[in-house]
Amino acid sequence: MRHLSPRTAISGIGELKPVRRTEGVTTLELLMQVSALALQDAGIGSDQVDGLLVGPQVGETPQHVPAMVSEYFGLQPTMSNMVDLGGASGPGMIWRAAAAIAAGQCETVLCVLGNHRNTPAPRSPNRNPAREFDPPFGASGANTSYALLMQAHMDAFGCTAEDYAIIAAGARSNAQLNPDAIFYGQPADVEEVLASPMVASPLHLFEIVMPVAGGDAVVVTTAENAKEGPHRPVHLLGAGEKITHRVVSQAPNLTSGPLKPAMARALSQSGLGIEQIKFLSLYDCYTIMVATTIEDAGLCGPGQFANWLRDNGGMGPEANQPINTHGGQLGFGQPDLAGGMTHVVEAVRQIRGNAGERQIAGCETALVTGNGATMSEAVALVLGGAQ
Amino acid sequence: MKDLSQLDVPGPTKTPLTAPFWENAAEGKLTIQKCGSCGEHFFYPRPLCPNCWSSDVAWTEVRGFGRLKSYSQIWKPGHPGWLPATPYLVGLVELDEGPTLLSHILVEGHEAKIGDRLEFIPQNIGGQMLPCFKNPDNKEEPA
Ligand SMILES: [Zn+2]
Repeated sequence: MRHLSPRTAISGIGELKPVRRTEGVTTLELLMQVSALALQDAGIGSDQVDGLLVGPQVGETPQHVPAMVSEYFGLQPTMSNMVDLGGASGPGMIWRAAAAIAAGQCETVLCVLGNHRNTPAPRSPNRNPAREFDPPFGASGANTSYALLMQAHMDAFGCTAEDYAIIAAGARSNAQLNPDAIFYGQPADVEEVLASPMVASPLHLFEIVMPVAGGDAVVVTTAENAKEGPHRPVHLLGAGEKITHRVVSQAPNLTSGPLKPAMARALSQSGLGIEQIKFLSLYDCYTIMVATTIEDAGLCGPGQFANWLRDNGGMGPEANQPINTHGGQLGFGQPDLAGGMTHVVEAVRQIRGNAGERQIAGCETALVTGNGATMSEAVALVLGGAQ
Repeated sequence: MKDLSQLDVPGPTKTPLTAPFWENAAEGKLTIQKCGSCGEHFFYPRPLCPNCWSSDVAWTEVRGFGRLKSYSQIWKPGHPGWLPATPYLVGLVELDEGPTLLSHILVEGHEAKIGDRLEFIPQNIGGQMLPCFKNPDNKEEPA
């Protein structure tokens, strides 16, 4: 497998503090604000941006999305596109940006995602066949799909409700070190997670992300350019991607997902083994997603995630391999499709060494995962600090 | 069991290609497509076989028996029209012929387990007869 030479690096990050509700703001406004934070962080002006990657469902702009966003931002990019991989869109943008730079089509790519939560909150449009064959039976929404995945995982390996609740409690605990997190000041232990209302068995409310308004932006540029910036460049060392299906009934496997081959490819490209990765920035729309990802990464055998977490010393910055130190989306909130990008942004902070109170000692490498739809769209990235 | 026929919920968004599935099921016949070239049954309906891309596909009646691959008891439905029916059960049913479909499961939550043998039954949901599943009448029905 071809190795990615570290020719590209992340030089800028921006993130909006999530809020439960907004009134009267547009998605374009939020995208521009968070992009400005990322450019400022990279120490560059908008005149240096010649690539643009955006997400789908920019509410005001169902079509011609890159052109509308470019015009609004005052950009005239030589490469632009919309990346539509659900929660994997953010990580999916990073390697696409690197590939476009390697192809000589641009030098500096702005990757941006976000959404408002005005009343009524935006709803993902669901068209056939996803619309036709699930909702008529009472199964609309991601909660049902992940509940079905979790019940299958529980049953296959004999895991208990407490096992999964450890992940939600760990995320809430990490959120106490992030003043921006939506659950900052609201820890929850395993007992409280299990006492939260059942939404779709076996998923309790606290095992499900809270939708918030927000945005995340990342600047990807050449390794040379990144050296000129104010921060330690964070290199893209490897990437992997895989799509297996869309609706949960068509999943080829309920207890292992497309992140398994995606992570294997990313690690192989980086030349690193999973045990050499210090920080695990794992997509966590639901507790079950983290459990399956830990197992698919090869950190432990199927059904062993809870034992592995205990041996790991939990998920906090002091753990052997810390997980989701920003609180994960379970603790930070899920700013729509930007939720997946929060895992990239936190990995960059940790590798730069400026994660503040929650800094991991000696964090040189990170594995970032993104996941979309019903454990069906997967992207994995291996990031490492410039030497 | 609640009266599901009175629910105000979204029904299937049929297309000319998919209509036979819903119409036959409403009449008590569970039909899916089968490929004449590779022999695979598949679901949901498509113009070509997703396995070998042959256009030699035909509707075929299946036995209507399957295995519960997973299930969830829904307390907070995604669509508010389902609230009066909560808690109710949805599940993934793997038909004996191979394909898996998502359906409404007409057994009580605590009675369902993965691996359960299930049988197709048309059920009125929100005024439409939809293909649901229940425990088989004859427990001896061979696998
Ligand atoms: Zn075929």
